[in-house]
Amino acid sequence: MELDSLSRRLIDRFQHGMPLCAEPYRAMAEALGCEEAEVLAGLQRLDRAGCLSRVGPVFEHSRAGASTLVALAVPPARLEAVAACVNGYPEVNHNYLREHHYNLWFVLTGPDRAHLDRILTQIEAETGLAPLDLPMRSAYRIDLGFPLEVAS
Amino acid sequence: MSGCISPSDLAQARRLVALTDAGLPLVEDPWAWLAERLELDVEATLALLQRLQADGAIRRIAAVPNHYRLGYRHNGMTVWDVDDEALERLGPLVGAQPFVSHCYRRPRQPGWRYNLFAMVHGRNADDIERDRQAIRTLLGEVCRADEMLVSSRILKKTGLRLTGASSPARQR
Repeated sequence: MELDSLSRRLIDRFQHGMPLCAEPYRAMAEALGCEEAEVLAGLQRLDRAGCLSRVGPVFEHSRAGASTLVALAVPPARLEAVAACVNGYPEVNHNYLREHHYNLWFVLTGPDRAHLDRILTQIEAETGLAPLDLPMRSAYRIDLGFPLEVAS
Repeated sequence: MSGCISPSDLAQARRLVALTDAGLPLVEDPWAWLAERLELDVEATLALLQRLQADGAIRRIAAVPNHYRLGYRHNGMTVWDVDDEALERLGPLVGAQPFVSHCYRRPRQPGWRYNLFAMVHGRNADDIERDRQAIRTLLGEVCRADEMLVSSRILKKTGLRLTGASSPARQR
């Protein structure tokens, strides 16, 4: 997906944070040296193209309760069924298939650690697979963003 | 969300999470849209957001890109078995690399020796292999083993949901 220059600058400049003021799009326009309407149009264009995950507040997950990264080593023949079981839990908000003995990786989020323990026990009972429970101990980087230019 | 947030802010924060689960609508005045639904005036809405951000409950308000759609289709979860004593010094260095989006210390477990996780993203497999090499060089001898787990499929990806309710803002 090739981006126009303004769209690229919008992402590079504001993926880490937008001005939290009364007229955010005007402040963004001033920062980029363009018109306010161009900022909104640029975001809408990015959104229509599916290039925006979202525009809005990113909440501190760890403060919203408890979360952990979980892995399961699923026999290939059972992948679909186990993935469906795991995805059925509203507490699961990311689930990736990865090329490894531990091939199913998902994030569990809940109001507290006891809740997560109950879900882990349930998943183990339902799948017969022992979950690898890897809660975060320290965060060295939690930003979802990275510069488009450097990363390319 | 706890800490030094007042009970009334906490209640509003929960509504805010539900309302902005899929992001804000791309309208001229997003705060007015939010204010109407929070039953606050626009100034109070902005002040609430500012308080929550100052308090750390909101990490940032941002235009979050869909990197996959932007061509960054390759991501690798690199995992490292790093000497515990060196980890608190080297973890932040790994996290500071521009190609790393997430970097965490996690516990070792029986059958799992790795205590450092760093996500790398790139446009192709060579990109992320190069990033992995750069991390390997950075860690040097205090790293005893490492692996890279490449994702082959996204099975589920949703934002944080506290309420279970879907957002009225933007459905995908």
